[in-house]
Amino acid sequence: MEKAGEKNMKQFAELIRALDSTNKTTVKVAALTEYFRIAEEKDKVWAIAILSHRRPPRPVNTTLLRTWASELADIPLWLFEESYHIVGDLAETIALVIPPSEENSEKNLYQFVEEMIVLKKLPEADKKGYLHENWLKLNYYERFVFSKLITGSFRIGVSQKLMTRALAKATEIDEDVLAYKLMGDWDPQKISFNKLILEENEEDYLSKPYPFYLAYALEDTIEDLGNPQEWSAEHKWDGIRSQVIVRNNELFVWSRGEELVTDKYPEFEDFIGTIPDGTVMDGELLPFSEGEIGIFNDLQTRIGRKNISKALLKKTPVILKAYDLLEWKGEDIRQKPFRERRELLEQLYSDVKKEGFPLHLSETISFNKWEEAIAERERAREVKSEGLMLKRWDSPYLVGRKKGDWWKWKVEPLTIDAVLTYAMRGHGRRSNLFTDYTFALWDGKELVTFAKAYSGLTDAEFRQVDSWIKKNTLERFGPVRSVKPELVFEIAFEGIAESKRHKSGVATRFPRIFRWRQDKKIEEANTLEDLKALVPQ
Amino acid sequence: MQEMPCTKIPNFREHLKIGMKEPLLAFNENGIYCAQAGVYLDPWKPVEKAFITHGHADHSRWGHKKYITHNTNVPIIKHRLGEIEVSGVHYNETITVNGVKFSFHPAGHIIGSSQIRVEYKGEVWVFTGDYKTEDDGISVPYEPVKCNAFITECTFGLPAFKWLPQQQVMNDINTWWQQNREAGKTSVLFGYSLGKAQRLLKYLDTSIGKIYTHGAIENMTEVLRPLVDFPPTTRITRDVKKDEIKGNIVLAPPSAHGSTWIKKMVPYETGSASGWMAFRGARRRRAIDKGFVLSDHCDWQGLLASIKATGCERIICTHGYTEIFSRFLNEMGYDARTAETQYEGELAEMDSKIEETD
Repeated sequence: MEKAGEKNMKQFAELIRALDSTNKTTVKVAALTEYFRIAEEKDKVWAIAILSHRRPPRPVNTTLLRTWASELADIPLWLFEESYHIVGDLAETIALVIPPSEENSEKNLYQFVEEMIVLKKLPEADKKGYLHENWLKLNYYERFVFSKLITGSFRIGVSQKLMTRALAKATEIDEDVLAYKLMGDWDPQKISFNKLILEENEEDYLSKPYPFYLAYALEDTIEDLGNPQEWSAEHKWDGIRSQVIVRNNELFVWSRGEELVTDKYPEFEDFIGTIPDGTVMDGELLPFSEGEIGIFNDLQTRIGRKNISKALLKKTPVILKAYDLLEWKGEDIRQKPFRERRELLEQLYSDVKKEGFPLHLSETISFNKWEEAIAERERAREVKSEGLMLKRWDSPYLVGRKKGDWWKWKVEPLTIDAVLTYAMRGHGRRSNLFTDYTFALWDGKELVTFAKAYSGLTDAEFRQVDSWIKKNTLERFGPVRSVKPELVFEIAFEGIAESKRHKSGVATRFPRIFRWRQDKKIEEANTLEDLKALVPQ
Repeated sequence: MQEMPCTKIPNFREHLKIGMKEPLLAFNENGIYCAQAGVYLDPWKPVEKAFITHGHADHSRWGHKKYITHNTNVPIIKHRLGEIEVSGVHYNETITVNGVKFSFHPAGHIIGSSQIRVEYKGEVWVFTGDYKTEDDGISVPYEPVKCNAFITECTFGLPAFKWLPQQQVMNDINTWWQQNREAGKTSVLFGYSLGKAQRLLKYLDTSIGKIYTHGAIENMTEVLRPLVDFPPTTRITRDVKKDEIKGNIVLAPPSAHGSTWIKKMVPYETGSASGWMAFRGARRRRAIDKGFVLSDHCDWQGLLASIKATGCERIICTHGYTEIFSRFLNEMGYDARTAETQYEGELAEMDSKIEETD
C-alpha cells in the first residue's frame, strides 16, 4: 500500500491492484490488513460488504454498459464485443478500451457505491451521463474497480476467509468471532464499522446462522483414520448445505453461500410451533417426493425461482436431511462433542417426526470395522448419495474448512470417453484461452452433446488444446467455436440421471475432464447407449 | 447459439482474377513468395532464397540455401542458426532481382529488424515482419514506407491494447526491483532472450544493484554488445553463489519460469514484460507476481497510424487478431483480408519452448 494519506477510491483500487498482482496468500492478507487499518470507516464497511458478496444491486444492465462504453471508446459495438470475448471480463474490457483519464476523482468508495444505489432509479440518460463522466475521471485501475462494482461480479481471488483473517489482524478480534459477526443480513449502507465489527450486537442475533464447518476430502486410506470406534459415518447427501433456524417463533433458512433463502422453501414454515424456539440445525436440503430422494438436478427448478408456485411445491418438494445440532434451547452447543449434539438431534427428531413432516434425519451408519464402511460407500449411488462423511465422535463443530475431525469420502467418479465438439474462451485467469469445452457421444453416426466441462487439464495441456482449437475451428458463433471432431477426452462425473431438460436425455453431475485420451481416435469414443447404461435403475 | 454477424470480406484473389494479374507477393505453403523474383520473405519451410525481416525464430528459420537480411541482423541469425550462407544489406539499399526492386527499412521491432519493400513496374508492396512505432533507443526507429499493398502483423490488433511510454514502464520495473531488494528478495524478470531482454537490460538502473543473466540471454547479449552500449551483466553459472544474487535482478527467458534453474534465486519475486500483461488473466495464468506491459509490437493506435501513414489501399493481416482487425479495416474503407502464416508474434515470446537453454 502506498500513499497512506489518500483516503478515497484510489486506496481501494490500490488494494484491489495489490490483491490482483500476487498469488501469495500472505501478501494478500497483508494488503487487506493494511487497508483495514488505514481506510475510512464507511469505506471499510463497503469493502467488507463487497468482498463478502454483498454488492449493491446492479444499476445498469450490461447491454447498456457495453453500448455506452463502445461509444466512449469510439469503436463499433461488435468490436467491443469481440474484445470482451478475448479479454474475458467486462469491467476489464471497459477499463482497457476507454481513453486514458485526464482528470482526477477524489470521491470515496462509499460515495461511489451510494451513488450507484441512487443511480438504479434514475432515467437512462442520467445513467449514461454518470458513467461517461466517471469513466473519464478515473485512472485505469480505478475504472476497472468502478466498472466491477457496476457489473456486480467481484471475484478477485480473495475468499471471505482471507478477508476475515485480515480483519482479525487489523482489529485484533478473534477470527471465528468475526466470521460470526459477518454472517447474516446486515446492510452496509446503514451499519457502521463500529457496530458491525467492534460492538456486540444483540439484536442481530435472531436470524444469525453459525459459520459452516466444512470437510476436506479424505487424502489417505480409510484405515489411516485409526480406530473405527472413534468415528461416525453417514451418507454424504447431494443437495444444498443449509442451516435451519427457529428462534422467537420465526424461521430462517441459510444456504452455505450465506444466502438467506427462507422464502424459497416455504415447506419449512411447518417447523414453527413444532420445533422449539432456540434451535439451529445443520443439514442438507434435498428434493424428496413420493417417498424418495430426488437428484440434484430437480433442485435447479427451486434454486432459481423467486416466486414458488403451488404446482412447483407439489412437483418438487424439499426436506431437510439434518445431521447436526448447533444450538439447542437457545444455547450455542458447538463446543459439545459431536456424540452429544447428535444425541440431542436424534431426541428432537423422534419427538417431532410425523408423516409428511419435512425434517429427516441423516442416519448414522453403524460399523465396527472399516470394511463395513467401505461396503456402505459402495452403495452410495443406490441411495442417491455422493459417498460417505466421516466425523470424529468427540469433535466440536469448528468454523470453516478444517482438517482432522471431518472428512468427505466420495465414491470414485464414473467416466466415459467423449469427443470435443465446441470450445469457448474461459474467463478470468483463463481468458484468451479456449478452456470451456462441450463434449459429445455417438448416437449412431451422429455426435450428440452430453456435457460441458471446464476443468481437469493442466495449464500446459489447456495451452496445447487451445492451440489445436485455433487451428481446427470449423465455425465461429460469437465466443463459441465448433471444432473438427478429433480429440477424445475421458470425462468423469459424480452422478447421472435421466433428464428431459437435456438433449442427450441424461444429466451428469460435476462433469470434468479426467484426462486427455491422446491414444484414442474418435471412433473409439463411447456411445449415448454406453452412458445411459450407467444410470442407476 | 447465435450465429455471428458476418460482413463479406472482399476476396483478394477474385480481384486479381478480374485484373488477370498475379499478385506481386503471394502466400504459399512455404511462405510469402515473389514469383517474379523467385524470392521468399520470412519463409517457414526451407527455400532457395530467403529475405529475412528479423532474428526471431518464427521469422528466421533454419534450412534455407541463401539468407539476405539487414547487416545488424547477420550476427544475430548466425548465432541462432549456425553456419548459414548470409549476406547483409543496409537500410534503403536496393537489391534488384529479375526486375523486382527489394529494399529493407527500419521496423523498430528489435535490433536489426526490417520491413521489406518490394517494387515491380511501379507497384509497391511492403511486408512489415514485426514492428512497433515507439523508439526503444536500441533498434533503428520504425519509418512508414509508402506503398499500395501493406502486409502487416496485428499481434495486438484490438482496441484493448494501449501501451504506456517505455520510460514509465521502465520506472515501474526499477521501482519494483528496488522494493524487492528492500524486502530482501531477488527480482527475476522474464523477457524473450532476443530483443526484450536487451531492451530491459539497457534501462535497468544499476544504482539499485547488479544484473545477472540466464545463459541464453547472456549469449545473445554478447553478440549484440559490439553494436549497443549495455550495462555490465554477470552470467549465472554453477560458480555463482546463492548469497551474491540476493537482492539483485536476474534476466531470464520465459521458459525458465517453473524450472529448477530458478531455485537458486530463492527468495524471489517474478516479473514479466510483455504486451500480454495488459490482460489480468494472462498474468495470473502464468503465475507471475508482477506483469509489466511492454511490447515490441504496435498497439491498436500504432497499427492504425502506421497503416494510414503508408497510404496503402490494400492490407493483408498476417498474424495476431487478423479476422477482427481486417473486419475493422474493411469498415474503415480499406480493402483488407487475412492470410494464413506460421508467424506467432509475441505468443512465441511468451510460450516458446524452442528457446535455447544453454
